[in-house]
Amino acid sequence: MRVVVDLNRCQGYAQCCYAAPEHFEVRGHEILFYDPAPPEAKRAQIERAKQACPVRAIEVEPPGLSAEDGR
Amino acid sequence: MTDADRPGCVVVGASLAGLRGAEALRDGGYDGPLTIVGDEPHRPYDRPPLSKHVLAGELDAHATALPQLCRLNARWCLGQPAVALDRRRRSIRLADGTQIPYERLLIATGARARAWPGDGADLAGIFTIRTLDDAHALRAALAERPGRVLVIGAGLIGCEAASCCCDLGLAVTLIDPNAAPLARLLGSVIGATLAARMRTAGVDLRPNTKVEALSGENGRVRRAHLRSGETVGTDLVIVALGAIRDTEWLAASGLAADPGGLTCDGACRVLSTTGEPDPAIYAAGDVARWPNPLYGDRPMTVEHWGNAVDQARHAAANMLAGPAAQRPYRHLPSFWSSQFGVNIKLAGLTEGADSLAIVQGTRASHRFLAVYGRGGCTVAALSVDQARWLPAYAEAVAAGMPFPPVLGATDQPRIETLAPGFPPSRPVSNGAPLTRETAHA
Repeated sequence: MRVVVDLNRCQGYAQCCYAAPEHFEVRGHEILFYDPAPPEAKRAQIERAKQACPVRAIEVEPPGLSAEDGR
Repeated sequence: MTDADRPGCVVVGASLAGLRGAEALRDGGYDGPLTIVGDEPHRPYDRPPLSKHVLAGELDAHATALPQLCRLNARWCLGQPAVALDRRRRSIRLADGTQIPYERLLIATGARARAWPGDGADLAGIFTIRTLDDAHALRAALAERPGRVLVIGAGLIGCEAASCCCDLGLAVTLIDPNAAPLARLLGSVIGATLAARMRTAGVDLRPNTKVEALSGENGRVRRAHLRSGETVGTDLVIVALGAIRDTEWLAASGLAADPGGLTCDGACRVLSTTGEPDPAIYAAGDVARWPNPLYGDRPMTVEHWGNAVDQARHAAANMLAGPAAQRPYRHLPSFWSSQFGVNIKLAGLTEGADSLAIVQGTRASHRFLAVYGRGGCTVAALSVDQARWLPAYAEAVAAGMPFPPVLGATDQPRIETLAPGFPPSRPVSNGAPLTRETAHA
């Protein structure tokens, strides 16, 4: 699955890191490192991370879209 | 003509701007044919990680593919650049000769890295960082542990690349004609703070000089010759001299396009060389030069992630709106960069700033919020590891508040004002404004 974080919006609250610790990590004071291509099996965790973000910076591809458009 | 035979909407540029623009057409209710053209073979991908985590080897370059946020039902034409636009026939031509007709066209062809312009450009071991393939190739070369990496240009990309090379334990020399890294963007006072971090990290930082030529042995780059007469030994060169907008393909289109961008009106409709908007063609992202109402309608291009997203969505909405419902695009430029362990974010434009004030934190702590002033107005706000303060100051910038803006929770009894130390502005060549960093060579 595909994920992108708007790092203009991100303020390093790190709530995503609690929701999906294997895929979001804060380095130093507020540098977010995240996995833009987590496995589909982790979707529930990634969606929780998205919902937990206080500034709504995380965008997640809905299931099945790339396959639909794969022409 | 059935609906499927209509030319429909065409997006040129399978980029962040192209993808978000295409999504916005669907979100806006457009259900006709949609074609997306891209010169690279890849689906739209995210560039910011390329100069950071991809070089560091933490992410595969191909993992940066962008999420698609809604169903596009698009026809993708990837791997062929657009080479011509015929506005009379409402058609674009691709390099392989394919003609793609359009009813509405969104141009999001962006920019490409400026190649090394001096002697030695044909040597092996010289890299730029712009595309996924660039980053993939550079990552592979860094994994071979070159003895010394030379980075030419201390703009955002050059500094991020130098930071990654340091993290990889490689010896790095960073050369820039200005007094400090990021001096054009942030001034040499803030640049000095970053220079201190770089030197602590072990970077051989050489400000106030230029690389005049590169030379090599057996076809591989080995040395850089500086203006000062010094020579720097190197095994790998990263050229970070900014970008050139991809507008050559529009040369015969009759549109107002040059290496500085494609000129648009306030609604993001492209203008002809005689200044008439073409109601069928819009532009967005790095390539678009438009009059920004936030800056008194001064024409500008903004080569940042947030503008690619916002302008593409705005242009798409106007593409679907009638002539009387065209809305002007108003944008506060902003960017982020992470390098040498700190997170740097800017809102606003520092260009022409005459004063600087640290309003939260201290430079010595390397955690602060600074504001830039011009003629008594606040024009930009910079956060170094103080991102939570930034939105409040960004609002002050957008509102053109007096400098320095005094917001509720200032933690200092007195705000000290400094000269920001910007380099002199560059000469303008061919009437086209130079992009950042491009005057290096």
